Amino acid sequence: MIDESLAALSDTLFSISVGLYSLAVVAFCAELAFGRSVRGRSEQLVAAGGVPAQPPVDVRAAGEPVEPTRARRLGLVAMVLTGLGAVAHAGVLVARGMATDRLPWGNMYEFATAVVLVAVVAYLVLAVRAPSLRHIGVFLLAPVVLSMVLIGLFLYAEAGPLVAALRSSWLAIHVSTATIGFGIFFVSGIASALYLVRSRRDATVAAGAATGAPAAPSLLDRLPTAAALDRTAHRTAVFGFPIWTFAVIAGAIWAESAWGRFWGWDPKETWAFIAWIVYAAYLHARTTAGWRGRPSAWINIVGLVVMIFNLLFVNLVSTGLHSYGGV
Amino acid sequence: MTATAPPRPAAPASPPSPPSPGRRVAGRLLRWWRQLTAMRTALILLFLLAVAAIPGSLLPQRSLSQSDVAGYLAEYPTLGPWLDRLYLFDVFSSPWFAAIYLLLFISLIGCVVPRAIEHGRSLFTPPPTAPRHLQRLPESAALTTSLAGPAALDVVEEELRVRRFRVVRREGRSGPEASAEKGYLRETGNVLFHLSLLALLLGLAGGKLWGYEGSILVTEGQGFCNAFQQYDTHRSGPLVDGEDLSRLCVDLEDFEAEYEENLTAASYTADINWELDGADPVGTTIGVNDPLRVGGDRVYVTGHGFSPVFSITRPDGQTFTDLSAPFLPADLGTMLSQGVLKVPDLGAGSTEQLAIEGFLAPTGVLEAGFLTSINPRPLDPKVGIDVYTGYLGLDSGLPQSVYALDREQIDRGLLNRVARTNLAVGESTTLPDGTVVTFSGLKEFAALQVSHDPGQVWVLGASIAVLVGLLGMLLVRRERVFARSDPAPDGGGTVLSIGSLTRGSADTGPRFTSLTEDVQAALAARADAPASTPAARGHGPAPDEEAPPS
Repeated sequence: MIDESLAALSDTLFSISVGLYSLAVVAFCAELAFGRSVRGRSEQLVAAGGVPAQPPVDVRAAGEPVEPTRARRLGLVAMVLTGLGAVAHAGVLVARGMATDRLPWGNMYEFATAVVLVAVVAYLVLAVRAPSLRHIGVFLLAPVVLSMVLIGLFLYAEAGPLVAALRSSWLAIHVSTATIGFGIFFVSGIASALYLVRSRRDATVAAGAATGAPAAPSLLDRLPTAAALDRTAHRTAVFGFPIWTFAVIAGAIWAESAWGRFWGWDPKETWAFIAWIVYAAYLHARTTAGWRGRPSAWINIVGLVVMIFNLLFVNLVSTGLHSYGGV
Repeated sequence: MTATAPPRPAAPASPPSPPSPGRRVAGRLLRWWRQLTAMRTALILLFLLAVAAIPGSLLPQRSLSQSDVAGYLAEYPTLGPWLDRLYLFDVFSSPWFAAIYLLLFISLIGCVVPRAIEHGRSLFTPPPTAPRHLQRLPESAALTTSLAGPAALDVVEEELRVRRFRVVRREGRSGPEASAEKGYLRETGNVLFHLSLLALLLGLAGGKLWGYEGSILVTEGQGFCNAFQQYDTHRSGPLVDGEDLSRLCVDLEDFEAEYEENLTAASYTADINWELDGADPVGTTIGVNDPLRVGGDRVYVTGHGFSPVFSITRPDGQTFTDLSAPFLPADLGTMLSQGVLKVPDLGAGSTEQLAIEGFLAPTGVLEAGFLTSINPRPLDPKVGIDVYTGYLGLDSGLPQSVYALDREQIDRGLLNRVARTNLAVGESTTLPDGTVVTFSGLKEFAALQVSHDPGQVWVLGASIAVLVGLLGMLLVRRERVFARSDPAPDGGGTVLSIGSLTRGSADTGPRFTSLTEDVQAALAARADAPASTPAARGHGPAPDEEAPPS
């Protein structure tokens, strides 16, 4: 039995959350723009002073006091908009679940929506715990808005009952953990991408200082420090990796009771394995001389690309046992 | 660091003799071993493994679908055989894939076994002696107290033991000192994680060697026993002896598919009777996500479908009833199915054979003469069939599909189409020779699969151990804390230096601060006159005249 009014409410909330996220992107952009003049100068002084021998333990101390009030206010507005967007976003899934009387991740539309929600919530948690990380907001929310629009356009599936194969308690375990793992890797990958941008910017600034021709101030100076970004990427990956491992193991246990074997190199399984290998490589690379810093950040980005490929290509293009796309 | 060393006594002037060939080979092997077990090599092998898995998901694989591979080979007659020669249709059982993961596991053994031994040793050795310059550690503090040195260290030891550190006291070169360590589980987790990966691989290999699976289509009312010659298709490991299969027999009593209003399949269930080793049959119901597990074997319902039932009346009055063959679903949404019924023996006095090929629609509608199905339930079954007579080629010695006619016999003119028609239940068609073919109804069949994998329990245990090891490795911090007491420079009391070194966490500051604050409070409580003040807390080298050790 599908409750049509709840299903319609879910669709409305989807549009509302996309709208709120878009407004948050605008507010984050405004924060960057208005915060720039004062902040840009102070950051440059710090950067020109040379890289400190020890990365500051408390990133929130760096640069926070020089932030102009207006920028801070805009940042607060952006955070509130993001939070409201996340509430509406959660409402999308709750209304779907109530409309269909089942867990709201039974097809690609619902799964992808849930993954993006996890990414937004992970960002909010990070930003509340370490306010300087708030400044990655626009770089995180812009992909979020893009993903949501693409999900709405291309993956949308009417609210409906689950196919027989998905009616198992493992749906709650396997798909939920896969969603959480994916959402966290999403944040981790973006942090690594920003780390690459920021560390290049730092190199430019350092080169400018060395030649006596200081680099022009840039919005990139508003990003958290390269060390903080790298640490964020690593910590989120460390958090996500056991969850992903568990999701793969739970999937194997489910496959044993659903398909007659726990592992059969179905395309989805193959790509889950590849992603696991890539993230394992990332965690190893972080502790291997010659691979720290930029090379390992690239590995993390490859990991995110693999995850996205696994979601889109394997469900939409190849045929396998995981083809529950509903599109 | 420059330092003048005392002149070394001249070495005895003997020219280095060339190493013996044996030693040269040993040296080279050792170098290769070191290279293989280096982390960098392991990283590259990890990447190779990830890249090597990609073709397995992009190209059709024999392990997943033989027919897809055959189709691909037919579509690309020049490229296909080359890909086949490179094992690209059997990626996961190919020698080069095995080479990569075996190298990776050898590298892993070379890396993790020495670490395990080292870790085992460290469990039974006390924490290392304190470094000379505690102020150079990532976290450090100096506290002053009126207590005497040993008493002050007692306080530190107490605080550390409350925090579950292992503490050892020593008399160091520059005064009494304490070394403490905790978080041994981090390295234990690391070793467990890597060793469990090895166990997982062994479990996988065992399952492949001693495992088998067989699939069979069973019509309601029929059954099968666990023997390779009974299965439609089967796959078995190289160490499986066909005689060793468990004596399991299964009869399919009833199959039921349920659908939601929008025709989404809600459940497939099969009522079966099974018996093991000739014991009394046991009735049970199996379904999707709910197999029968008995005696190390599992019985699954992997699909279902319909078999049309025909009866044939020859012109001379001979009647054959209840002729049926499974038609395979071509579309799971509507259960439009496709197949062929082969009748090689039309009774005495006839050398002719007959075949009925075509489509079956559980709920059929005719659109412009074409049969389609609009519902997966058998509400109004119809068949759209071609009837052939002639020679089927079943005894030609070449294997042929149960689900299709041998096109060669048709091309040769040995098998001729004599009728094409659409029939509803009860309707019949008359062939030119007077034979009447009647579509009398449907039977439902289930696709059952029996699987046996003795390795899977091992693999499950190993993967749980992998996860536990991973959690230990990523969540436990390995911390070392060192403390040393020195007499205060002004003579009254003691300066207590504390430093800590942590592996596996970035946020050590607050924890160290809380430790020093607790120590300080305890010192103050212990001392009669609380005269302690924190000093020189923070990062970076403290002013120190000595050069760092090079």
